[in-house]
Amino acid sequence: MKVKGTVFKYGNDVDTDVIIPARYLNTTSEEELASHCMEDIDATFTKRVKHGDIIVAGDNFGCGSSREHAPIAIKASGVSIVIANSFARIFYRNSINIGLPILECAEAVENIKEGDEISCNLAEGIIVNETTGKTFKAQPFPEFIQGIIADGGLLKHLAKENK
Amino acid sequence: MGMTMSQKILAAHAGLESVVAGQLISAELDLVLANDITGPVAIKEFKKSGAEKVAKNEKIALVMDHFAPNKDIKSAQQCKICREFAAEQNVVNFFDVGKMGIEHALLPEQGLVGAGDLVIGADSHTCTYGALGAFSTGVGSTDMAAGMISQKCWFKVPSAIKFNLFGKPQKYISGKDVILHIIGMIGVDGALYKSMEFCGEGVKNLSIDDRFTICNMAIEAGAKNGIFPVDEVALDYMNGRFKREVKIYTADEDAEYDAVYDIDLSAIQPTVAFPHLPENAKTPKDWGEIIIDQVVIGSCTNGHISDMRMAAEILKGNKVAKNVRAIIIPATNEIYLQCLKEGLLEIFVNAGAIVSTPTCGPCLGGHMGILAENERCVSTTNRNFVGRMGHSTSEVYLASPYVAAARAVLGRLASPKEL
Repeated sequence: MKVKGTVFKYGNDVDTDVIIPARYLNTTSEEELASHCMEDIDATFTKRVKHGDIIVAGDNFGCGSSREHAPIAIKASGVSIVIANSFARIFYRNSINIGLPILECAEAVENIKEGDEISCNLAEGIIVNETTGKTFKAQPFPEFIQGIIADGGLLKHLAKENK
Repeated sequence: MGMTMSQKILAAHAGLESVVAGQLISAELDLVLANDITGPVAIKEFKKSGAEKVAKNEKIALVMDHFAPNKDIKSAQQCKICREFAAEQNVVNFFDVGKMGIEHALLPEQGLVGAGDLVIGADSHTCTYGALGAFSTGVGSTDMAAGMISQKCWFKVPSAIKFNLFGKPQKYISGKDVILHIIGMIGVDGALYKSMEFCGEGVKNLSIDDRFTICNMAIEAGAKNGIFPVDEVALDYMNGRFKREVKIYTADEDAEYDAVYDIDLSAIQPTVAFPHLPENAKTPKDWGEIIIDQVVIGSCTNGHISDMRMAAEILKGNKVAKNVRAIIIPATNEIYLQCLKEGLLEIFVNAGAIVSTPTCGPCLGGHMGILAENERCVSTTNRNFVGRMGHSTSEVYLASPYVAAARAVLGRLASPKEL
């Protein structure tokens, strides 16, 4: 799985309340959740984000609540992958479960700026900053996790396997 | 190599003699939980998988607590989805308005969780039940759906940090001060992916409600779970409530920990977490003059009967300051009734506070006390992130019920000792 896009860069401890504020949790509509994604930390995100774009952030991305609405909102916004130094544990699990690609790579985070063009090879964990030409290597997910992400989430993956 | 208390519970539920940190296991669940926010997403996933029937209808709990009593039409629809699913699948532990309470106060009270249990919940504060000696952890809605389908969940066995508690807390110090102090010390990712195991002779000086508060906020340090040993205090609480057999697990003498911290409970000061992270813990000398607009006393963190008593102790004979709105939310109907019997509701109303039906409401900026632009709230809840309780410029200060009630009276950040 290969992705390419423009970077939106954020700092440490980006919490699920800023990814999707609780006032919008009275719906499960993916489009509606996406229309408020990152609203309280970056009011212009939803206007600027294009299909394939990439979020890059620091430590503990997705800390806070267990709301699966957070990775759902990011994925439905068109974001192709989130790269961070580290992820909060429930967000990490939720991202895999709904099929949002994520990678941990502190070296890449340090060397990627807002607006850079990035490409990623998920199977190999290779991240290329096309703007600067620098390449980084993250630990790729084992094959079964990649299978879950490629199928669009755990339950779609299980349904496919059970056919 | 020995096992931690958390590892022993995981091993037992995976049918294994022993487990080690980092090992991937599949384990049998005693209960899976969701609420009116995460439930509808889990139900959507359940249907998506093609599943027709839940594995064990009596081992599922659905609690309508976040936006209930329903704050708007969309929220009402969310509850309707849960209600219809509960009826269709015969989910016996479905708690609707009238029976519901804030989930993490309600399930222990109803005896649905207890010592030795393995519980997952589609709510990050599911880690609360560690107070009773259970391994419980928050997950997302997809894991909840998979749990309903299989009554199983996969786990990566966590390593642990040990907190050796000793000494006795001073007057006006509660579990909230202890956990805010610890999060201030280790940071919001200080226990990322790990267990927080609390032990030591100081445990006996913490009430069961203090322990619920401490385990509840383990997630605010990034932890997978928080857990206390099972002693007389925990057994007394479960006696007559917990419907299954109490299973007591203890950490091995030679269990390995990533770190060990000694915490002197007698040295802990009233502690407040300033905006916008729970790790911004400050004691009175660093509080400064902070003028506030609202006080909230309640939530899964501090809506227990002890919390109500702390608030009443401060508010009795006092008045909520002009320009301050005080909102008090007993976490369950049982707690509400107990407040009524003890005359606490009268104290609250006479002081100029309002008392709400059980709901998570204001904690997550849902309803029942949303903040306007630049407003400040002192709250006994668990998170003070940007926009958590309303407008993105509003501020939340996390505190104990004692401190929150003192602030309600004085209208500014204040220690209970000032009254």
